Amino acid sequence: MSSTVVADPVVAAPQRYLEAQISWRPVEIAFWLATLLPFVLTPNYLVLASQIAITALFALSLDLILGYAGIVSLGHAAYFGFASYTAGLIAKWGWGEPLTGLVIAAAAAGVLGYVTSFIIARFRHLALIMITLGLGLLLAEAANSASWLTGGADGLQGVRMWKLFGVFEFDLWGKASYTYSLVMLFLMFLVARRLINSPFGLALRGIRENAVRMPAIGAPSPAHIRKVYTIAAVMAGVAGALLAQTTETVSLETLSFQRSADVLVILILGGAGRLYGGIVGAIIYMVARDQFSGINPQYWYFWIGALLVAVVIFLPNGILGGLARLMPSKRGEA
Amino acid sequence: MSTLALSTRGLDKSFGSLVVANNIELKLPQGERYALIGPNGAGKTTLINLITGMLEPDKGQIFLGDEDITALKPEDRVKRGLVRTFQINTLFPHLNALEAVTLAVCERRGYAGTWWQKLPAYADAIEEAYAILTSLRLGGSCYRPTHELAYGQQRLLEIALALATRPKVLLLDEPAAGVPQGESAELFSVIANLSRDIAVLFIEHDMNVVFRFANRIIVMVGGRILVEGTPKEIAADARVREVYLGGARHG
Repeated sequence: MSSTVVADPVVAAPQRYLEAQISWRPVEIAFWLATLLPFVLTPNYLVLASQIAITALFALSLDLILGYAGIVSLGHAAYFGFASYTAGLIAKWGWGEPLTGLVIAAAAAGVLGYVTSFIIARFRHLALIMITLGLGLLLAEAANSASWLTGGADGLQGVRMWKLFGVFEFDLWGKASYTYSLVMLFLMFLVARRLINSPFGLALRGIRENAVRMPAIGAPSPAHIRKVYTIAAVMAGVAGALLAQTTETVSLETLSFQRSADVLVILILGGAGRLYGGIVGAIIYMVARDQFSGINPQYWYFWIGALLVAVVIFLPNGILGGLARLMPSKRGEA
Repeated sequence: MSTLALSTRGLDKSFGSLVVANNIELKLPQGERYALIGPNGAGKTTLINLITGMLEPDKGQIFLGDEDITALKPEDRVKRGLVRTFQINTLFPHLNALEAVTLAVCERRGYAGTWWQKLPAYADAIEEAYAILTSLRLGGSCYRPTHELAYGQQRLLEIALALATRPKVLLLDEPAAGVPQGESAELFSVIANLSRDIAVLFIEHDMNVVFRFANRIIVMVGGRILVEGTPKEIAADARVREVYLGGARHG
């Protein structure tokens, strides 16, 4: 018996209890409404806002595998960059319609994710870090050497997007870009939210919590891992395609180790396994980078480093983890 | 003689020069309660690991009913009804008991791959999980994260997770390990009340519990089965007395 007096949660019917666990909370609705504020408050920063939405989606895709299934990846940019180049090339070769291009690019990333997932599902922990890192480097170097296709270090030039729905142009002000990126982020978020609240999402948390027990309850963990890895690759692919389409260029940076590391930092900063962690992390990271690089363009990573160390020391579960501790909720999240 | 739920033929396993299983011939009839006893290091847990597929035998075969399951993956053996629990709690610390057992039920019912439906939509699985928890008197604590449960409750959850897979054969590795002696009888009464469709093999050190709850006892020493018999026979067996009282060979 614990000595502290904690009011036991009302013993509700189990189904109602689980229903309450996954219901939309007011703060979530407020959050999504707030994503519309940049249109009104900072109309000059919509390009940045669009980049943030794209990065947030990328971090969300990593959260599915890292935060929920416990798969550490240092090569997640492979799927982002692969879709970026696919989307860019489709447009370059004459089909500039954004939505179909996005779907094709995301599907391509999904195929790459599915193929590589067979390797991923066999390993854990340190071996997994090395393998994802290796796969990422492999693809980045392949893109670098295939400069006839990718433009190499100069980046992919000549990407011309058509107007979205034939009406909205991706211009320098970024109104269309942010709208497009935000809508995609929201749609993918709905998918991710449904996924983590599904029986499959529960199985993923089971893998994260105890991979040894899973086979002993009859769970085919490798199959689960292959599935979530493929879904995460599709999501990373949507993010990569969005970047290519809204900036009308693709550089090797989309495949780089730096991008894989950044997204990991962003997710840990915000809080892994919390769905909103990647989004909050992306907002803070990207705004901080924008501000710090304005103050000190050469050394802004110093401040990012300081921020990361501070967060890990004082908020080991990320910013959202810290907030959750301040405001104990009835949901009892991990 | 009733039909066998589980049997092994000539099961061998060594780690280098250390023989941990030597020609194990196990026969567990349907619905029986067998105890597996023996000194530390006798190879009892290793045998469970071999039977459940967590270790690969060097030689020999394992049968579940008539089916040779020697080559099956652990999760596929569970799907066929061969299930174990762990001596050291092997649970899901940040899932609550309801979620953990619901997960096991979902895996059995084939729901666990579905990612486009909400979990609460599977009322049948949730109710089944809750019923299992209630039957083990865990219903009142089922919304608390596993790591916050009392130790004895965690031992019960070990069993609840196994029951959620609807086992035909249940291998319990020291189900009462770490539970105070007074409470272990209570825990074993849960096991004694399990459906008679389930064959149970349990490892246990407390001889009072063993003699009370087992129909038959298998004694293992140094990776081999020394003797098998009814509690009365085992109690009277000179070799068993020697192992337990006269100091086991090589511990």
